[in-house]
Amino acid sequence: MNWADLNLVPVMPEIFLISALSVILLLDLFISDAKRGITYGLSLLTLAGTAALQVYTFEPYAQYTLSNMFVADPLASLVKLAMYGATAMILVYSRQYAADRDMFKGEFFTLALFALFGMNVMVSASHFLSLYMGLELLSLSLYALIALQRDSVPATEAAMKYFVLGALASGLLLYGMSMVYGATGTLEIAAIAKSIHGGSANQLLLVFGLVFLVAGLAFKLGAVPFHMWIPDVYQGSPTAITLMIGAAPKLAAFVFIFRILVQGLDGLTGDWQSMLAIMAVLSMAIGNITAIAQTNLKRMLAYSTISHMGFLLLGLLAGNEQGYSSALFYAVTYVLTTLASFGVIMALSRAGFECDKLEDLKGLNSRNSWYAALMLLTMFSLAGIPPLVGFYAKFAVIKAIVDIGLVKLAVFAVAMSLIGAFYYLRVVKHMYFDEVQDTSPIVVRGDMQLVLSLNALALLVLGVLPERLIEICVEAMKQSLTVL
Amino acid sequence: MLTLTHFLVLAAILFAISVLGIFLNRKNVIVLLMAIELMLLAVNFNFIAFSHYLSDTAGQIFVFFILTVAAAESAIGLAILVVLFRNLQTINVEDLGSLKG
Repeated sequence: MNWADLNLVPVMPEIFLISALSVILLLDLFISDAKRGITYGLSLLTLAGTAALQVYTFEPYAQYTLSNMFVADPLASLVKLAMYGATAMILVYSRQYAADRDMFKGEFFTLALFALFGMNVMVSASHFLSLYMGLELLSLSLYALIALQRDSVPATEAAMKYFVLGALASGLLLYGMSMVYGATGTLEIAAIAKSIHGGSANQLLLVFGLVFLVAGLAFKLGAVPFHMWIPDVYQGSPTAITLMIGAAPKLAAFVFIFRILVQGLDGLTGDWQSMLAIMAVLSMAIGNITAIAQTNLKRMLAYSTISHMGFLLLGLLAGNEQGYSSALFYAVTYVLTTLASFGVIMALSRAGFECDKLEDLKGLNSRNSWYAALMLLTMFSLAGIPPLVGFYAKFAVIKAIVDIGLVKLAVFAVAMSLIGAFYYLRVVKHMYFDEVQDTSPIVVRGDMQLVLSLNALALLVLGVLPERLIEICVEAMKQSLTVL
Repeated sequence: MLTLTHFLVLAAILFAISVLGIFLNRKNVIVLLMAIELMLLAVNFNFIAFSHYLSDTAGQIFVFFILTVAAAESAIGLAILVVLFRNLQTINVEDLGSLKG
């Protein structure tokens, strides 16, 4: 390898993130619990600095570096900026929540940033090795984060379940990778695509590997039939950690799937399309129908996540630029909505009380009409009611499906989101039409109030003016697809 | 003469044993951790076999990384297991039932 050719500019944001992270890790040892706010401030500064570098190093084409293991393209930049924003918002939302639960420790911030670094590597990987390393860095940080509340039985149990099933998913994924490696003789994604198009790859090994890859990816995304960990982990984890699992990693998982299936195994589109279609149908059906039976708010949102992942898969299986960009738009807006919904749950929780039952929301409107309104916006957006952004996201995905002629699948998706509207509207009914049970005052830090309000209002603004974001998504996808 | 197929079949058998170990085991969480390790080793077997028959070293380097990550993974797994045992006083898989819906 020639060191003079080593171009580190596209990796600058990652280098800054990991350096700043190491500094925070060391500094935090000398900070007493009373001054933990310094670690919090430094983490937010790190995120701002990384985001600034991301914008500064942006180029509108794909740059390969580190022996073709790392790619910086517009898709990666867009998703990374969204992940920085999501992580910063999670830190703001969870400040009071974590402090009340004795979780406001250095580990909380460093592990969150390590998870972010792992996601960055996943999003920018163009080689099976870097994909795997990024994924494991993310997963290992999340296992530890869930178990951060050491004395809580549900949290440790959730950590164990997530660990076992996450490790199983990594195993399946690796087994698939080894098969693809055997069939094509390379681990580099672009070279794999070339080998498959050239017809030199062993088809039997390739399809065998593809099955394992899709199973592993579906596990990570949480699509049926590999969804069983999602409800338990969402319910058992402290809400701040649930949000860390449910927000940015979904974006990273989406790009992860895009890199493997679309950029790598492009030649097998017909094979993976039908697998994704089955998983999308099952996810939408089981997610929406099971959510109706839930009494726990976090568990209900977990099943809602499963159904939303079904929608995301619909966009992916369309197999064209329109489908991929609508899926990207869906993922970005879904993360924004998830942040708002769990943000409200955290705002309504207090020391010793977890607002995670549906009945805890009863009469919220008479207690605090602003939070009821914010929750209303997120629920309407999740249900896909216009003019909120959830409607445009669903509309774009369904349009992509109809355009390739899968009308039956589109009708099914619409029917399922109608069923889904029931349990979102039930939350609204609890908030506005039921007698109030819990009359304790809602105390929220000023900065969180501001960010949470902006977050929920963004759902409305993006719903009325979605064109700009859609354009950005289409442009990012176009650049990533021309690399092929 | 050993061919590539022999190695692949052995790896597939190891992999199947480990997946069955995760799903059928209802007694002990430590056995789950062992099954996970076995699964990663089966994958390593695959990588090394392919790497040898393709005369390409990338697969063997991948194995080094998998081994390292597997060590980190079992460290975290055992740490979670210790915390779980302190809370529940048991490591029986069937006793992990507080999360239901």
